[in-house]
Amino acid sequence: MKHIPAVHAEGLVKSFGDFRAVDGVDLHVDQGEIYGVLGPNGAGKTTMLKMLATLLPIDGGRAEIFGVDVRRDPHRTRQLLGVTGQYASVDENLTANENLWLFGRLQGVSSRTSRATAAQLLEQFGLQEAANKPISQFSGGMRRRLDLAASLITRPPLIFLDEPTTGLDPRTRGQMWDTIRELVAGGCTVLLTTQYLDEADQLADRIAVIDRGRKVAEGTPDELKASVGNSTLRLRLTDGADQAVAAEVVRRLLGEDPVLSPESGRMNVALATADRAADVLISLREAGIGITSVSVDAPTLDEVFLALTGHDTGDSSDPSAAADKRQLEVAR
Amino acid sequence: MTLQMTQPAPAATPRRLTPGDVAARTTSHNSLRETLSQTMSMAWRATKKMRRNPEQFFDVTIQPLLFTAMFAYLLGGGLSGSVEAYLPLVIPGILAQTALTACMATGVQLREDMEKGVFDRFKSLPMARIAPLAGPMIADLLRYAIASTLTFVTGIAMGYRPGGGVAGVAMAIVLTMIAGWSLAWVFTWVGTLARSAQSVQGISMMIMFPLTFMSNALVPVETLPGWLAAFVKVNPVSYIVTATRDLANDGQITGHVGWALVACAAVIAIFAPLSVRSYKRHL
Repeated sequence: MKHIPAVHAEGLVKSFGDFRAVDGVDLHVDQGEIYGVLGPNGAGKTTMLKMLATLLPIDGGRAEIFGVDVRRDPHRTRQLLGVTGQYASVDENLTANENLWLFGRLQGVSSRTSRATAAQLLEQFGLQEAANKPISQFSGGMRRRLDLAASLITRPPLIFLDEPTTGLDPRTRGQMWDTIRELVAGGCTVLLTTQYLDEADQLADRIAVIDRGRKVAEGTPDELKASVGNSTLRLRLTDGADQAVAAEVVRRLLGEDPVLSPESGRMNVALATADRAADVLISLREAGIGITSVSVDAPTLDEVFLALTGHDTGDSSDPSAAADKRQLEVAR
Repeated sequence: MTLQMTQPAPAATPRRLTPGDVAARTTSHNSLRETLSQTMSMAWRATKKMRRNPEQFFDVTIQPLLFTAMFAYLLGGGLSGSVEAYLPLVIPGILAQTALTACMATGVQLREDMEKGVFDRFKSLPMARIAPLAGPMIADLLRYAIASTLTFVTGIAMGYRPGGGVAGVAMAIVLTMIAGWSLAWVFTWVGTLARSAQSVQGISMMIMFPLTFMSNALVPVETLPGWLAAFVKVNPVSYIVTATRDLANDGQITGHVGWALVACAAVIAIFAPLSVRSYKRHL
């Protein structure tokens, strides 16, 4: 039984002048899976998606969508894809209903079928009450959902989602995740990009980590997290002077160095499993080291990145990420 | 394509075809019928936009009134001895002028539109690349119709009695709409080239002013110096103005009408392919 991959790309390259935004990426997405492309801002995720969606010319390498060559046959490729961008690409001058109807008509769906599908999608996405309202009255979450609905009007077998939940509140984000899962349950293949490890973890069957235009790792979410430990123990010591001793305790117990930030007395310890946290805490008490605060968290993208690439994501927009970055830099 | 999928479709949604089926069903390009249908869908979108932004009609409603009255009273006495005598000369001229101004807006609006997110989606759809350009231009025919009708109404209110009668005036309006649609391709091309809506406006002005004023729209060619007359004679706007005069004033379909249509066809033949090519390059 021959199984055609949904996406098959080899050595994809995109250059903007001297800058190689995508630098030789291989990608293989099987039918029916959710494939996550994880990376910080500017890693080349969107550029890669745009090349696969025929929105940017491919400078090097080759790509196939369900066996159709993207570069040679862009028109066929477009018939197999639904693209939902980072920013809602729906028409502000039209209502939700009119938008969906128009996108159906533009793809050769009859007026009647287009209207019926539009109504069905609006209901599925919980937008039926806003069906005849202008888009300008829509919230961010509603726009995103409408945008996704617009990609589904011809029921394409492959959906590209470019950062589907960036900027959404947690509740709307959860709704979006459910919707994406439903799509795949219905037989769709999804290729999504995200900046959140959490999101890739929740949704993706497999993840590629992209950094500076290159694929630095690929695997299931569990494999990826295992590379940095499944969780991180964050500690603040009562006396910052104890840090060296505390680090030695951790090294002896786990065989790994913790990440230190001397000025704040903080210490982050990567753990294979969360219950190892207790062992660390007990050992620290036995060594007579006082602790003012403790938390056990999932690793952040920053930590995965540091582990995989040896440098952080370089994204200082988020204050906690900036703080982490400072810690990491000090530790290096 | 020989894509054979032996896998059964997922049971949850029996309606869905397998991806292999969908891939096998794809077509290599849009048929003419599909292209036309997509263009009409884009025209529908443009009319919806017009209805929701009625300020788009300001230029085609105010300008005919303003220009007709202004130029007739300003130049009529000096050029033709009286306003009434000047009207048969100037009304067809203003008709062409308003059509040209109206189609200038086509380029500006296309540029504004292309900045918006929805154009990313248009680009990602398997639709003909000419549809997003030609669609709004078809909707703009409505604007040309309004502009030319109002110009005639203003003229008639000022004492203009078109010799061509109702049929002549109707034909003149149709010719103006054809001319507007053809010349709009020039501005559409500018719209796909320029970097911002403002620069489209600026460049379009520089094209529009020589085209309208360096023509026989407002003055007889005989009064012009030789070098200017030479340009005026090859200006497509002059052909259109002359043809409109023949239709509105004499009710005759003359050779000038034929030449005007040839000039329109020439403008489309040059600028439509240029526009599509330049639009594609934006991808």
